[in-house]
Amino acid sequence: MLKAYNINDLPSSPSVDKVGVEERVARFQSRSIKNQAKMQGLKMVLSMIDLTTLEGKDTPGKVRQMCFKAAHLHDAYPNLPSVAAVCVYPSMVNLAKSIVGVHGINVASVSTAFPSGQAPLEVKLADTKFAVENGADEIDMVISRGKFLGGEYAFVFDEIAAIKEVCGRSRLKVILETGELTTLDNVRKASDIAIYAGADFIKTSTGKIQPAATMQVTYTMLQAIRDYYDETGKMVGMKPAGGISNAKLALHNLVMVKEVLGQEWLNNEWFRFGASSLANDVLMQILKTDSGVYQSSNYFTLD
Amino acid sequence: MSRLEVLKTYKIFIGGKFPRTESGRYYKAVNSKGVPVANICLSSRKDVRNAVQIARKAQGPWQERSAFNRGQILYRIAEILEGRSSQFVEELMLQDYSKINATKEVEAAIDRIVYYAGWCDKFNQVSSSVNPVSSSHFNFSTNEPVGLVGLLLPESSSLLTLVSYLMPIIAGGNSCVLIASERFPLTAITFAEVLNTSDVPGGVVNILTGAVAELWSPLSTHMDVNALSVDLKSPYLKDIQLAAVENLKRVMCMHSADEQGLVNITDFQELKTTWHPIENIGGASNSY
Repeated sequence: MLKAYNINDLPSSPSVDKVGVEERVARFQSRSIKNQAKMQGLKMVLSMIDLTTLEGKDTPGKVRQMCFKAAHLHDAYPNLPSVAAVCVYPSMVNLAKSIVGVHGINVASVSTAFPSGQAPLEVKLADTKFAVENGADEIDMVISRGKFLGGEYAFVFDEIAAIKEVCGRSRLKVILETGELTTLDNVRKASDIAIYAGADFIKTSTGKIQPAATMQVTYTMLQAIRDYYDETGKMVGMKPAGGISNAKLALHNLVMVKEVLGQEWLNNEWFRFGASSLANDVLMQILKTDSGVYQSSNYFTLD
Repeated sequence: MSRLEVLKTYKIFIGGKFPRTESGRYYKAVNSKGVPVANICLSSRKDVRNAVQIARKAQGPWQERSAFNRGQILYRIAEILEGRSSQFVEELMLQDYSKINATKEVEAAIDRIVYYAGWCDKFNQVSSSVNPVSSSHFNFSTNEPVGLVGLLLPESSSLLTLVSYLMPIIAGGNSCVLIASERFPLTAITFAEVLNTSDVPGGVVNILTGAVAELWSPLSTHMDVNALSVDLKSPYLKDIQLAAVENLKRVMCMHSADEQGLVNITDFQELKTTWHPIENIGGASNSY
């Protein structure tokens, strides 16, 4: 059993130099990526995607369709990886698991009264338990942003730790909803709380609030992971989600992960993209790189 | 002290904005005496890509506007052009037109826009049909725009040609990515300024300048372009037709800018036929 931390073990978070972050992020976006590396990167992006549908209007049919897409991204083009996971609401976990389980694709479930997180702890625990019992390999929980902004860090910490406990063997991703945290200092603080409370992954956003996964925010979170790793030797995963809808931005993110965390994080064990429309854009880029012909979304299945 | 003349850089027109080419390359447009008249963007395939992406987004909403409203907007283009006619006359004269011919050309162009503005809410009535069929169906064929049309203007083209090619495309609810004449690009870009001030939604018309030899290929192979309008005398016509095969683009050629007519609109329309079941009472004659 790993040593569990409590809120008093939390080091005080360093303040974030916003101007410095912006300059560093701008440099990640100016790397020249040649064709061969681009192709490799694009395929890596595909293998890191958590294909997501989190709508009130989700139906079993819609989930079934997305699960099929997850396993068959574009059969007309051979040797493509499948995505890492599908991400659904707890009520759809059972169904999703029955479809993608055989393909080695994980099922991630949001929980803890996603997306607001405005529910009592018992409800959040029951929500999580339900998802785990239905076969979720990964749990995406949201933190209580209201409590966090009110300065009740211990509450947020304990909540994450309690959810981690009911996750069992499922990996826990902690959604900070950075769009509501307003400053990079808050993002850093929330990242540290989540990591020390036992998160296996930290994740930027629910996808319901703008701005979502900006590179500045992701960079700040990666830096928190880096510092934790330097201190303890333990790896924590990262999942930017929301707003990463094109291949170029995804590649910029990979460059950033490589340069901040290193090669060990460049696989779907430690890095994920939460996205719904990213997969098709990456597919179009792969076909474009291969054929030299600009593609049309008409020729790719919906996800 | 003598004054250094400032040569205007004509920027391209994408999505209702005037960006410079992403390639950062330019060339000088010259008149017949070899005197430079303007700096022109030498667009790249990535400009084509950006323009197509934006034209695609703009097409749906443009098609969904009422035909009457499209007519109003086209008429507005004519109004604005009328107001700026002297600028066009000047620019045509930079390209070696005499004043009389330049004035005639601008007037003809305005008239042509008004002509197609009138067609907007009428062409569908004229070119649709109710078809006699031998089953209990009400069967009718009606027009739908093909979608996104790539337009490669003739090399010799000027204002009237541009208008004659472009107006029937957008009158029918298509969006357009237009490659201007390499030698005479001035009027195309100035015309973009007219479009931009005349209620045409951003992205419906996008205008690129540059080397046709470089731009025909990304445009005609692009899987998201539905049809192409090409000059019959274009040296690239055959290559374009071959490239268009991949997604079965329609390649249409207008014979001369002197033509105006319904066919130029329906060239970029798909005829959609609908079979609507009706009650057939006792084998009565077809009644609808």
